[in-house]
Amino acid sequence: MRKPRELEPPSTPPPSALTEVRVSPLHQPALHESGLRHTSGEALYVDDLPHPPGMLVAWLVTSPHAHARITKLDTTKAKAVPGVHAVLTHAEVLGLNNVGPVVHDEELFASTEVHFHGQTVACVLAESYRAAREAAARVEVAYEPLPAILTIEEAIRAGSFLGDAHVMRRGDVKAALAAAPVRVSGTVDNGAQDHFYLETQVSLAVPEEGGAVRIHSSTQHPSEVQAIVAHVLGVGRQRITVEVPRMGGGFGGKETQAAGFAAMAALGACVTGRPVKVWLNRDRDMMTTGKRHPFHSRFDAGFDEDGRLLALDVDIYANGGFSTDLTGAILDRALFHLDNAYFIPALEFRGRACRTNLPSNTAFRGFGGPQGMLVIEEALNRAAERLGLDPAEVRRRNFYGAAPRNRTPYDQEVKFEDNRLLRLFDEVMKSAEYARRREAIAAFNASSKYQKRGLAFQPVKFGISFTTSHLNQAGALVNVYADGTVQLSHGGTEMGQGLHTKMLAVCAHALGVRTSAIRVMNTATDKVPNTSATAASSGADLNGQAVKAACEQIRERLRPIAARLLHADPDEVIFEDGEVYARGRPSARVPFREVTAQAYLAQVSMSATGYYRTPNIHYDRVAGKGKPFHYFAYGAAVVEVEVSGLTGEHRLKRVDIVHDVGASLVPTIDRGQVEGGFVQGWGWLTCEEVLFDDQGRLRTHSPDTYKIPAFGDAPLDFRVQLLENAAQDDVIHGSKAVGEPPLMLAIGAVTALRHAIAAFGPPKHEVQLRIPCTPEAVLFAIEHAKRAASR
Amino acid sequence: MDHLRFCLNDRWIDLKDISPTTTVLRYLRDHAHLTATKEGCAEGDCGACTVAVAEERPDGKRTYRAINACLLLLPMVQGKRVYTAEALKRNGEYHLVQRAMAENLGSQCGYCTPGIVMALFEACYRDDLDQPWKIDAQMAGNLCRCTGYRPIRAAANEVAGKRPDDHFAQALGPGVKDEPMQLAYTSPHTQQRYYNPATFEELWDVLDREPEARIVAGGTDLSLEVTKRYADPPVLVSLEAIAGLKGVRPGAGGGHVFGATTPVTDLEDWASAHSPPLERMLRYFGARAIKNRATVGGNLCNASPIGDLAPVLIALGAEAVLRSRAGERRMPLEDFFVAYRKTALEPKEILAGVKVPPLPPHARVSAYKVSKRRELDISAVSAGLCVTVDPTSRRVTSARLAYGGMAATPARARKTEAALVGQVWTEDSVLAAAKQLAEDFTPLSDHRGSAPYRALVARNLLLGFFEETKAQPCPRLPHPHTATVEVR
Ligand SMILES: Cc1cc2nc3c(=O)[nH]c(=O)nc-3n(C[C@H](O)[C@H](O)[C@H](O)COP(=O)(O)OP(=O)(O)OC[C@H]3O[C@@H](n4cnc5c(N)ncnc54)[C@H](O)[C@@H]3O)c2cc1C
Ligand code: FES
Ligand code: FES
Repeated sequence: MRKPRELEPPSTPPPSALTEVRVSPLHQPALHESGLRHTSGEALYVDDLPHPPGMLVAWLVTSPHAHARITKLDTTKAKAVPGVHAVLTHAEVLGLNNVGPVVHDEELFASTEVHFHGQTVACVLAESYRAAREAAARVEVAYEPLPAILTIEEAIRAGSFLGDAHVMRRGDVKAALAAAPVRVSGTVDNGAQDHFYLETQVSLAVPEEGGAVRIHSSTQHPSEVQAIVAHVLGVGRQRITVEVPRMGGGFGGKETQAAGFAAMAALGACVTGRPVKVWLNRDRDMMTTGKRHPFHSRFDAGFDEDGRLLALDVDIYANGGFSTDLTGAILDRALFHLDNAYFIPALEFRGRACRTNLPSNTAFRGFGGPQGMLVIEEALNRAAERLGLDPAEVRRRNFYGAAPRNRTPYDQEVKFEDNRLLRLFDEVMKSAEYARRREAIAAFNASSKYQKRGLAFQPVKFGISFTTSHLNQAGALVNVYADGTVQLSHGGTEMGQGLHTKMLAVCAHALGVRTSAIRVMNTATDKVPNTSATAASSGADLNGQAVKAACEQIRERLRPIAARLLHADPDEVIFEDGEVYARGRPSARVPFREVTAQAYLAQVSMSATGYYRTPNIHYDRVAGKGKPFHYFAYGAAVVEVEVSGLTGEHRLKRVDIVHDVGASLVPTIDRGQVEGGFVQGWGWLTCEEVLFDDQGRLRTHSPDTYKIPAFGDAPLDFRVQLLENAAQDDVIHGSKAVGEPPLMLAIGAVTALRHAIAAFGPPKHEVQLRIPCTPEAVLFAIEHAKRAASR
Repeated sequence: MDHLRFCLNDRWIDLKDISPTTTVLRYLRDHAHLTATKEGCAEGDCGACTVAVAEERPDGKRTYRAINACLLLLPMVQGKRVYTAEALKRNGEYHLVQRAMAENLGSQCGYCTPGIVMALFEACYRDDLDQPWKIDAQMAGNLCRCTGYRPIRAAANEVAGKRPDDHFAQALGPGVKDEPMQLAYTSPHTQQRYYNPATFEELWDVLDREPEARIVAGGTDLSLEVTKRYADPPVLVSLEAIAGLKGVRPGAGGGHVFGATTPVTDLEDWASAHSPPLERMLRYFGARAIKNRATVGGNLCNASPIGDLAPVLIALGAEAVLRSRAGERRMPLEDFFVAYRKTALEPKEILAGVKVPPLPPHARVSAYKVSKRRELDISAVSAGLCVTVDPTSRRVTSARLAYGGMAATPARARKTEAALVGQVWTEDSVLAAAKQLAEDFTPLSDHRGSAPYRALVARNLLLGFFEETKAQPCPRLPHPHTATVEVR
């Protein structure tokens, strides 16, 4: 990959330019649009905004029980503390005391019952944190504890579910299993994962005239925050403006869960008439917000002697926590990804979401997909181990291919011409020298008693689109000023994923201007209304099309003006690099700013909105069939690990990834998403352990006890390539979504660990390794392997 | 000095009415309106709050040290120069480390970035980052949730040791000096007192005068009471300004004395030249910014069962040196820990240092730390292991096997030691003796590890120690490595 440069067009034509415009930042390496400003503190986050005069801060009073009836709630003493302006409880709510985003089953302030340890009961607003804390201690709440359900097993036993079951079927799975020569069955459990965005949840609400409120929020979904705040205040959405400067990380954790804190701030602003900031410290954030869903799955798989899947029967259960949140869609996506990259001739998948007395689990990069994939990957690993086959080869044999091996469990076609699995397999196995290294590792393992190495291949196929079809829409607003500069607003939010950098490139390309002439504005509901969350990896796909549409309208309005200035036919005008010229006459150029100055005088509007919706997607949840995805993103990794047989500690020695991002909009940004996603997935699978005690209290609520990957956990040798010549039809400039899919490549680390652990056991040893693969889990798996060897 | 005074981004600041337990982080964000420095955890575990402070190295040269502003109380920078990420961009030009971060796409969401920039800033002015693993150690305290670290590593490789001849190099001198740290401050508003006595006499006087006084050194433990539990200690007496307490010096009659306020960073530098077992342990002690503040004395006076210095120092036969107005007394370090988080210190007595004797002849010695995450994590199990083996008979003549994380205090495995002494030093005798570990310890289960895991690791460390010291009696940690004890 070439060295990135400032977001300026390169002087040589880009090789893969799709239009006649030859000089454009599209498909070119670029720096992150805010990169330099990040380094100096010039990049502002909500908590950095200058404090408006009179601002109050908040301290939450939360439940000390996982489940209890509230028998008394008295804020009198708290209100008497000097500096305290209000104590918000359910009684102060002006509209609806509910912030459930999909189903209204989540109170803003618990009124009669609390449903998890850490649930908000009251919110003190005061002039200082000290006063707010002191008052919080004086809010009198009495509880009558009730029995709590904490685990999936308990929920199943108690029949405690959220929503309906979701079932997919094909063929006669029972008969196919009975006839299969090889049967592998078992359970797979995964733990939760805290988002650990470095910036905790925060909202600042400023009262405006006429009962209106402007909210600066760290949210992936400003329109939903606007809607929920309007409900809580009992006003129309026209009174609520939500603005997002940028987030210090989101990862799904600020898709729905920012709304409650924004609502508290807005309510506080209305009640007190003062600006109110609700900011959570790390412990409160971790205790109160939901996480990646833990799943428990049972599977029964049938294979032929060559490791080809014949049938798969799966029950999956998600631990949703106390309310629905996005659990339904997450469960759906888990089912949609039980197949990962593999064709399954006969199958039955049944999914259920459990209601428990835990924080409400929520979106997290991958959105159920990773949990689904873990199941089939476990089945393939076990089959390969039992049959003594190379797990990489077993995976290749099971890839989707030509008809009839091209239909997913939900009957969407995996288009053969778009199926990149074999290409990725070939490229990554070759560049990673898989075969040679596997031999070298066998030799190393034979000569090393206490240290063993493992190598694994991991493919990913990930469906792109919101599976709730109507969400696949986006808008943009582009204002071109008479001096030729541009303000770009779109419905997507920037959380570090580089969306703004990509939108700059799309906008610059469409208008033919330099990126330095464009300013990306804060995302705001008064600029672009009714937006969807920036989620499902779809930010660039959806907003990119909307930005393009808006820019092209303006460009076409400018075209006649430019033609007049160039004395050319409008069809001949080319907009490029901050100038216009006529085709065939590149030396006679007029600056873009002259065109816009003339357009202003000619009374031409230079403001336009753009809109996009994804065509042709649909899904029938009852039938379990449809085309929920616009397309699939693919990737493949080869992962090498080393483990210690004495302590179970392990390390990523080398990771090779070839990822399919189509024709990348900005390759440097995409590479960052691939690397960051992989390491985040590795954290979930190996070192991040969310632990609750038997009272439902979170034990791991700060980085002291909750360990995300640190600097030295990054692979010692990390090679990432973007698949070349991979433009995708019908997506913005041939690119593909990248936010989530690479996270699941980290499942390869589990397979690699199994390979290393198996080396402590007898031939064809089936490894018993729990997730997360902490040193403890690995050491016990090694002990199990050693015992098997000595039998 | 009777008020707080320090130099922030080249401007001297005088503060007369602020609580002395205000952290530098909160001061920057809430009072100085400098918001580059972020709060990600308020407990030293994320690095988002990293700032740079000019400090003197043991060799007298001044250098920048990256420090967690969230645990740094304002009086701890008394008289010193502090820089935040805002200061690095000068006259519209970004600093080398800022450019390296941006050009490598080392930031995505950018929230960790100002802290990372300040850790890189320290790296830029360090002259000893000559190995990749040292760069990892430099950066280990800075979490980034977005990038997966590869681009930050690339940036670190570009800037480490570059030391541009710029404003910041000039601010290190020669000719530039800090103002004295000495301080006796009373907050008019909260009545809290904070003292930086400069001599022992002053210290004893303050301790006599202030019955509520708490001792503080680096504050990496004590500040947590302020930032996590919202306590307002009324009187703090810091040992930082007492010159005689800082540094490593030769001990009378051989060996060395580690002064109580020696920062772990300085001890690590010393250990890298003189004590492989200590160096091994310190490699994974906290992270750079913590080590820049954490002191030897603070680590031991904490008396935490998972403090990392105790096991290795006990294995090395260290003595605790206690001091009060009445004079000095000494005891074997293992006797300094009397119960869970309780030491043998009397009121108005301090730990002045630890005395470490020279290694006995024919010693095999090493130290290990096992935690869920390799970097910046608290031990699940740690060990300092030392045996002497007679070269002719191959019999064990003495054993000091000290473990952390296995009991309420750091403790020796006395029964295991007894089972080893007199035996021929073989794998069989080690494994036989290791059975006694179950008699020595009944470890607990918690989020760091289950009791069976701890027990198994304690045994395996002894086995690994046997293997590892076959070739080298005093082995160094290989780099890169997978595990705390790496044998094939
Ligand atoms: C993020 C983080 C990571 C950490 N990682 C580790 C780790 O890996 N391993 C580890 O062992 N520790 C670790 N610690 C704990 C801590 O940093 C160390 O124990 C450190 O050495 C304490 O030294 P200090 O000078 O900062 O102590 P302080 O906080 O100043 O003091 C600690 C206690 O000791 C008392 N005290 C200090 N010095 C003296 C003295 N000379 N005489 C009498 N009493 C005294 C104080 O009154 C206080 O009660 C970590 C802490 C943090 C915040
Ligand atoms: S805020 Fe996390 S280390 Fe200081
Ligand atoms: S860039 Fe987001 S945490 Fe580092």
